[in-house]
Amino acid sequence: MAANTISHFSPFTQEFYQSLFDVADGENIKTCLQCANCSGVCPLGYVMDFPPGRMISWLRAGIFDEVVESDSVWMCVSCYACVEVCPKNIPLTPGLMTRAKEEMLLAGNIPTELQSALEFSQRYGNPLGESPRKRAEWANGLEPEVPIMRKLKRPVDVLWFVGDYPSYHPRVQQTTRAFFKLLNALGIDFGILGPEESSDGDSQRLAGERGLFEVLAEKNGKAFSKYEFGEIITTDPHAYNALKNEYPALGIKYPVRHYTEFLVEHLDGIKALLKGNGEMRVTYHDPCYLGRANSVYDAPRELLEAIPGIELVEMEHNRTTSLCCGGGGGGMWLDGFQWEKSGARLSDWRVKEAADTQADVLAVACPYEPPRFEDAAKTVAGADKLIVKDIIELLADAL
Amino acid sequence: MTNIVVLAKLVPDLVEELEIAESGTALDMEWLRLIINEFDNHATEQAIILKERSGGEVTVIAPEAEGANEMLYTIAAKGADRLIMLKGDFEDGINNHALARAFAGAAKELKPDLVLTGVQANDDLDGSVGPLVAEYLGMSYVGYISGVSVSGETVVARKEYPGGLIAEMEVTLPAVLGIQAGEEPPRYVAISKVRQMMKTATIDEQEVGDLDASGGAMVQRMYVPEAAERAEMLEGDEEEVAARLVEIFKEAGLV
Repeated sequence: MAANTISHFSPFTQEFYQSLFDVADGENIKTCLQCANCSGVCPLGYVMDFPPGRMISWLRAGIFDEVVESDSVWMCVSCYACVEVCPKNIPLTPGLMTRAKEEMLLAGNIPTELQSALEFSQRYGNPLGESPRKRAEWANGLEPEVPIMRKLKRPVDVLWFVGDYPSYHPRVQQTTRAFFKLLNALGIDFGILGPEESSDGDSQRLAGERGLFEVLAEKNGKAFSKYEFGEIITTDPHAYNALKNEYPALGIKYPVRHYTEFLVEHLDGIKALLKGNGEMRVTYHDPCYLGRANSVYDAPRELLEAIPGIELVEMEHNRTTSLCCGGGGGGMWLDGFQWEKSGARLSDWRVKEAADTQADVLAVACPYEPPRFEDAAKTVAGADKLIVKDIIELLADAL
Repeated sequence: MTNIVVLAKLVPDLVEELEIAESGTALDMEWLRLIINEFDNHATEQAIILKERSGGEVTVIAPEAEGANEMLYTIAAKGADRLIMLKGDFEDGINNHALARAFAGAAKELKPDLVLTGVQANDDLDGSVGPLVAEYLGMSYVGYISGVSVSGETVVARKEYPGGLIAEMEVTLPAVLGIQAGEEPPRYVAISKVRQMMKTATIDEQEVGDLDASGGAMVQRMYVPEAAERAEMLEGDEEEVAARLVEIFKEAGLV
């Protein structure tokens, strides 16, 4: 292994290089072969001044200062495609790319549209700029009443971490209500935090705002510690990733599962309830933070295959090669910026692939996706009849 | 070197529903969330831009309120040099005449060359703060400013007029400017930097003593706008609706 201190590095480059070793497997960066697989597979690498491989070569040349003067790292959607193909197992997404965004943010070099999502997250505990008191308003009028832990005053088997978009986004609220229906149908003993829940903070962290992530995590940790529950489940792969892989280092340790993992365990009970909802051809999109970041590929497919009448077909890119919807790593709040730079929307590419399978339905398992893919389906040729549904909705429809 | 003073206050955050207090003359403060007045945020940005461009020192003065500490530390993290918090009997609200006298008293001590404040705020019930402060300090005032450059004893301020007109006005210092928009949108500052400021920066607390609220308007009643008569929705097919419309126009003497 090469030495950690390299004499020709600028002080900033030296400090930055050193900080990369703090990430798990961080020292692997020393073994980079410059094969450029990372830059090639990156969905927006072709418009970056510094795709990941070139960032590493500038680092090695000791002139990383030039990289943070460019704004191209804001094209990174933290999709783990680069990590997936790296033959030397370098943690490019959580290490190099995220650290670079942190430096950009500290230097004040951030796109304005990202700024408001971060300010909202800080101020209201969600990036949408909604009132934190209205976090459980999606549940208004539902029967039976949605159990909120503060009022429930008893332990539950399952704490449902609802998340930002499932709580507030009108389209995703439909998925949230469908999940509520499903949990009740299965007789699960659960509760939610309601207004005591804050953003999981994962996408803010991956957009370079580590301090904000820690503040949000601490708030959630405090709320978790007030109640007794067996495990946490969530419909949001980003929240799942934060709770599973990032919160423990902050002392917030709870067992957590994505809903697909949780439901698959109840597959027999679900099958007994499913009547089907007609014949349909369905293709499934692997969300980056369920698939590549956490290797959950089978559970979503098992759920889909359990629904009578559904024929599951695969898109050209699936499982580890799945194409990002463009919402990760702050991409959710950088649509305008990324469009101006690239003239492309990643969700358009994905919807094109889905339409090519002749599927009736594009099934998803992440709250970022229904609004992104539905928008794309409106403009992509041949996709106007494509229906976008979360697996939860397909299950609830078939009850 | 320019000595710049920014006057900033917190105002009701409209993300929450507003409720009227039992008195019926003010907002219920109990559930109210406060946020920096958007225009003051722009004044702050403009002050820091001026400092970065032409040097000088930026002092921020704010009345005490829930969240005022955090607001001041955030502004310090963006580049302000000195933080002053005015303490007094503000709990039941303070009218802008009283606030302007308190601001002017604190600002006078600092002998500012330039005072920047937001041109307006959503809780300005009795006039905006800027012109009142200018009056109490005996300085000139220009409002609706969206860009400032300093040259010696004068500043050139870009003043916005209705209809898309902009005037470049030369203003002799010292002066008070009411900021409509900073030259750049207010910048983002990482939370880690704000947290660092909380440890290292100090807020100079100044008692304002008895407040003189004279000259301000008295609120007699505060209420949610009441719906007048509801609109009449015309039912039926196109022919019926059109016939009914003609009838209504005739009744109103319009045709």
